[in-house]
Amino acid sequence: MTVLRSFRFWGLVPAWAIMLFTLIIPVGIVIGVSFAERGAYGGFEWSANIDSYRELLFSLGWTDELEFTPKYLIIIGRTLALGLATTAICMILALPVAYIIAQSPGRWKPLLIYLVTLPFWVSMIVRVYAWLIILGNNGLAEKLWRFVGGGEIDTFLFTPGAMLAGMVYSYIPLMVLPVFAAIEKLDPALLEASHDLYGNRWVTLRKIILPLTWPGLAAGAILVFVPAIGTVLEPMLLGGGKLMMMGTLIQSQFGGARNWPFGAAIALVLMAIVVVLLMLNARRASRKEALL
Amino acid sequence: MTRGRALEVFDVSKQFGSYRALDHVSFTIDENEFFTLLGPSGCGKTTLLRMIAGFESPTSGAILLYGKEIAGLPPEKRKVNTVFQSYALFPHMTLAQNIAFGLENLGWDKARRDARVGEMLDLVHMSDFAARNPLQLSGGQRQRIALARALATEPQILLLDEPLSALDLKLRQAMRDELRQLQRQTGITFVFVTHDQDEALDMSDRICVLGDGQIQQIGTPSEIYEDPENRFVADFIGETNFLDGTVVSVDGDKARVKTPFGFDITTFQKGVTGPGPVTVSLRPEKIGMAEQATGNSLTGTIAGRNYMGGFTHYTVDVSGILLRVSRRNDVSHADSFDIGQTVPLGFRDDSARVLAR
Repeated sequence: MTVLRSFRFWGLVPAWAIMLFTLIIPVGIVIGVSFAERGAYGGFEWSANIDSYRELLFSLGWTDELEFTPKYLIIIGRTLALGLATTAICMILALPVAYIIAQSPGRWKPLLIYLVTLPFWVSMIVRVYAWLIILGNNGLAEKLWRFVGGGEIDTFLFTPGAMLAGMVYSYIPLMVLPVFAAIEKLDPALLEASHDLYGNRWVTLRKIILPLTWPGLAAGAILVFVPAIGTVLEPMLLGGGKLMMMGTLIQSQFGGARNWPFGAAIALVLMAIVVVLLMLNARRASRKEALL
Repeated sequence: MTRGRALEVFDVSKQFGSYRALDHVSFTIDENEFFTLLGPSGCGKTTLLRMIAGFESPTSGAILLYGKEIAGLPPEKRKVNTVFQSYALFPHMTLAQNIAFGLENLGWDKARRDARVGEMLDLVHMSDFAARNPLQLSGGQRQRIALARALATEPQILLLDEPLSALDLKLRQAMRDELRQLQRQTGITFVFVTHDQDEALDMSDRICVLGDGQIQQIGTPSEIYEDPENRFVADFIGETNFLDGTVVSVDGDKARVKTPFGFDITTFQKGVTGPGPVTVSLRPEKIGMAEQATGNSLTGTIAGRNYMGGFTHYTVDVSGILLRVSRRNDVSHADSFDIGQTVPLGFRDDSARVLAR
């Protein structure tokens, strides 16, 4: 009994150690820094003020009083909007892809799944650079645009659209995999029953496939949305750094702007958004389980 | 009363790659009929059902629903509904929503839909369960809801794909009666697929026995059992003794055959054209034992005994030929015979059937 109890305690030590050194201590430091004061020559000095959080909403006016500025709220809003757009497009594209993979003959499935995950074998930077070339001057995208008779355009690069394309490309495998798993679990007899009861393809998709693969779609949405709102590479390379996103803002505060406390505060806002989302998802999942 | 033709299957074949699942199958199902497709697994009965439902299309041939060709129509365009083997109830909907699904797709308004759902729940005695989820039901209850869902839209034909196979024995027996009653009550043509001969004999108006992708025989349950068309049917439906015989002469539907017991018998034949080797089929319950022995008399030694409760199966050795004999343990025959005991046996000529090899 005591052996078992002590094993229960000591057996968990590695897990606790990992949690401590990779999560609790780093997040603790970031929280601490967010309340610190900006150092005169970069870096920071420990203190306990909320200036960095105030800076999110207010700035000092000419007469040294606080004025409301939506500057950073706009960046947060833009980040969330782009993240939502990425998630939505990934869903729309992943559903048919996952469906086709699930319907394909058994011996093809492992290969198709492998192809979906293949991009992960190449560095993210290299892949985003590839999009720089695709979307760049006289790149594939422009040639295609001219081929289909699109009008004269300046460039695809350094636009929100370019960022969106890069983000969808980067994160879509994270949507395909859980959606595929959900579709594969779907009993084909249910689809046949829907058709048998006078449901056409659209009815079957809307009333049977979507509700029953919803857990997979929700999991995919979390997997895509969370890294999408924190991304740095696509806004920097494909967006040309012209439009600030939360990721690039954090990066700039720790880098060029040398305002670590403010960077830490934004990072914590980003983390809060993610934590709330994960909690909502966990609640949804447990409610579903309770029903079954 | 003259019955219309509900379904005509005309010269239908189905090829899966190099495998021929169905080979030139033709039959007609009458309106209001309880028609059973019976056969071992792999005989093509499920493929046939799926072609009527629209999930498969025939490689060649035609399927007519009330005289209209349906082979090219998708399932949602056929007034044919299916009760699936796994029931396939939608797990994210209540029972009422499950039953209403087809009605919604047909564009029924809410009031009519609700009334119909209530009616269907009544029909299958599940009125108190409308708001339940399918996952909260027992197998028998799921079965009833699957039936209600498929019947709600008043299909011209109801297809049932081995609907009783997932139930336990007692429930299966009860559902047989319920299904039969439901069919009479609704007057809908039922096409029932099973591999269980007892189910088929018990419930059907007519049975179509399928084997190796071909129709072996179509007939009423007693025709199939008493007058099997060939060795396959005699073997698949019920139990029988197969004896080697030699035809001496043929006279219409009867033949004179030399039996391995030494004497000749004259009885009904199927598919025999002239003298030569044939198979004689003799059902175990058609052989009388001891005081029940009548007709051609034999003497044998009991070699095996299987007590089944209501009756006992004996294996009797008649000069080297092992005969299976079944005997009811009724009021007068509660006695039992021991292994090694010598018993008189007897069967009448017309209890045997002569089948072509």
